[in-house]
Amino acid sequence: MTPSTIEPTGRDHEVARLAAFAIALHLAEAVVPSPLPGVKPGIANIITLYVLHRYDFATAAWVALLRVFAAALLLGNFLSPTFVLSLAGALASLMVLALARHLPGSHSGPVSHSVLAAFAHIGGQLLVVRLWLIPHAGLAYLVPLFAAAALFFGTLNGLVAAKLLTSNAKEEA
Amino acid sequence: MSSWKNSLLPGDWLTLLAGGVLVAWLFATLWHAGPAGKVRIRAGDAVFAIHSLDQERVIEVPGPLGVSRIVIHDHRVRFAASPCRNQYCVHQGWLARAGQVAVCLPNRVSIELSGEKGYDSLNY
Repeated sequence: MTPSTIEPTGRDHEVARLAAFAIALHLAEAVVPSPLPGVKPGIANIITLYVLHRYDFATAAWVALLRVFAAALLLGNFLSPTFVLSLAGALASLMVLALARHLPGSHSGPVSHSVLAAFAHIGGQLLVVRLWLIPHAGLAYLVPLFAAAALFFGTLNGLVAAKLLTSNAKEEA
Repeated sequence: MSSWKNSLLPGDWLTLLAGGVLVAWLFATLWHAGPAGKVRIRAGDAVFAIHSLDQERVIEVPGPLGVSRIVIHDHRVRFAASPCRNQYCVHQGWLARAGQVAVCLPNRVSIELSGEKGYDSLNY
């Protein structure tokens, strides 16, 4: 076997392990039918939130983007519109998370981050859809539905992430 | 279940409130379909006629099955009669808001409401 010239560090393994969790959730969600195309719980983002709080922003960004690429390859939609939407959502929510993590930690937790990221996620996706896929003003009709879904699932994911973070902290204590 | 509540900090409630307000505002602004001003009637692949909803009128639109009768009354419009078998278009009833559509696929006739008031001409 050709020896690898890249020496993976412990952090690389950690990122890969976390990304694997996110990919598994992403794939599990892909088989769940949705009443409206585009409305998905986005449970893989729970991992992103968890990593953001337990590690740092850079690790969270790695995990989120690795998940988008790997899940697209596994689902067979790499470079398709689905993938582009997934990437747009991930990039937009990461951008907002980069700002939101500076919110005072004593007053806002994973739920705030999750809701803000969910809005950014659907915002980024709708922007791509409007500019590229469906350049039609009729899309505005769906915006409230997507926003409501973002609020609902953003809250849910945030609560799960908060629960994970507190229960994990207790185990380690 | 109390631990769920504990994971919500005051700022989180504020974020949720702001999110709720945003969603409500989006529904209020984007789902507000204005009253319609005009109806566009299509037969086959061509626009058959465009009429203002201000004038009462009965329009007979020929299609492959026969004549569809469309009635404009009281700023509303409907399929009053259609030669199709299912009568979906007729049962759809009165349309009054911009963006509403009724289609008779068998007879290839459709009516679509648009919001513009429909000026005949504008001079500056």
